[in-house]
Amino acid sequence: MKLEIRELSLRLEQFTLELDVDLQNARTGIFGPSGSGKTSLLETIAGLRKPETARIRLDNCLFEDTEQAYSLPVRLRRIGYVPQDDSLFPHLSVRRNLLYGTNGKSKHDTFSFDHVIGFLKIGSLLARDVRSLSRGENQRIVIARALLSAPRLLLLDEPLTALDASLKETILQQLRSLHHEFGIPMLYVTHDPVEANDICEEILILESGRLLSRGNPRELLG
Amino acid sequence: MSLTQAEWQIIGFTLAACALSTLVILPFGLAVAWPLARYRWPGKLLVETLVTLPLVLPPVATGLLLLKFFSRRGLLGQFLHKQLGIDVVFTWRAVVVAAAVMSFPLLVRSVRVGFQSVNQRFEHIARTLGAGDARVFFTVTLPLASRGIVAGVVLAFARAVGEFGATIVVAGNIPGKTTTLSLEIFETVQLGHDASAYRLLIVSVIIAFGAVWLSEALMKKSAL
Repeated sequence: MKLEIRELSLRLEQFTLELDVDLQNARTGIFGPSGSGKTSLLETIAGLRKPETARIRLDNCLFEDTEQAYSLPVRLRRIGYVPQDDSLFPHLSVRRNLLYGTNGKSKHDTFSFDHVIGFLKIGSLLARDVRSLSRGENQRIVIARALLSAPRLLLLDEPLTALDASLKETILQQLRSLHHEFGIPMLYVTHDPVEANDICEEILILESGRLLSRGNPRELLG
Repeated sequence: MSLTQAEWQIIGFTLAACALSTLVILPFGLAVAWPLARYRWPGKLLVETLVTLPLVLPPVATGLLLLKFFSRRGLLGQFLHKQLGIDVVFTWRAVVVAAAVMSFPLLVRSVRVGFQSVNQRFEHIARTLGAGDARVFFTVTLPLASRGIVAGVVLAFARAVGEFGATIVVAGNIPGKTTTLSLEIFETVQLGHDASAYRLLIVSVIIAFGAVWLSEALMKKSAL
């Protein structure tokens, strides 16, 4: 994977997010305190925010080029986005939530319904009402829904926030093996050094919208 | 309490005309409420004012405007009569038009609140899952706004059933042709036919109660 983020400038309430990086690792972490621009960065890559300037390209697919006034529509970016807040459609069943991005049929063997459901061990949740799910169950369904849309890139925004330690460990294990199982690169936003160490090959440390440093998480975070 | 055949006819006609008017204004209500709820655009205030106008204008004045507009010499009435051979004024169509115009503001207000209450996060997620604008609207926005839409439909229907002022001006009170529940209650009271007036009053209460009860039940069912 090669994700180019060139001359990104996104005006936020407190500061302007500015970034110029190439990301090539399959599991890259975006690390930093709350309000440092991590979520805004993911939303910009997903196409949910319009930057003042940017040229964003994932492999051969151009997402954004403000110089040419080009912006690939969100639906065509094939981004699996797992936001921080609850995002399961509350009016749909668990199964219909999962199938939303597949249009009812599997696009790819790797992302077949049975494979994804088995990998995340959520078979027992299919008949449940979305509103009855615990936070951990909810997050696993959101990750599965994103995977079932056969994405090119997975954006995970603090998916383990507010989970208890044992549940966190279970999902961390699944996230660690996710790239190996599905071959999808991921950007993982967190402010937890343990998670960053556990999952990421490389991290970018953001503060007030600026890149402070990048490198191996063990070296940077200890 | 037993209703006469004429009273049954009036009730049936009123319900059918009001259901038709509500059905007719629903797509327009959705189309107007959506940009009002979501976007800023030049002329928005003007549209908001125009949509609200029937709510604050005296109903008889609205009826008079409709009379001018739909009469055979009116802007639209002339076209309908000459091109399509359709007359509106003093026909059942006028009853539907008056009910539609008078209940439209209530529908738009409620639907607008419904759209505003939808968390746009869900729409964003649907887009990342490959959904285009139409799919996002019909599979996410519309269902999540359903409480406001249902409430708007019920309110509009109930308002249509109670419509009097505009209807009597543009449709008249022609027995068997344009007489609605409200017009008949007025007529029977004027003529001193109290028994009939009270029978129709009870029917009005039942319809209003039923409409609100249905709305509450539907909203509970779709409660998120």
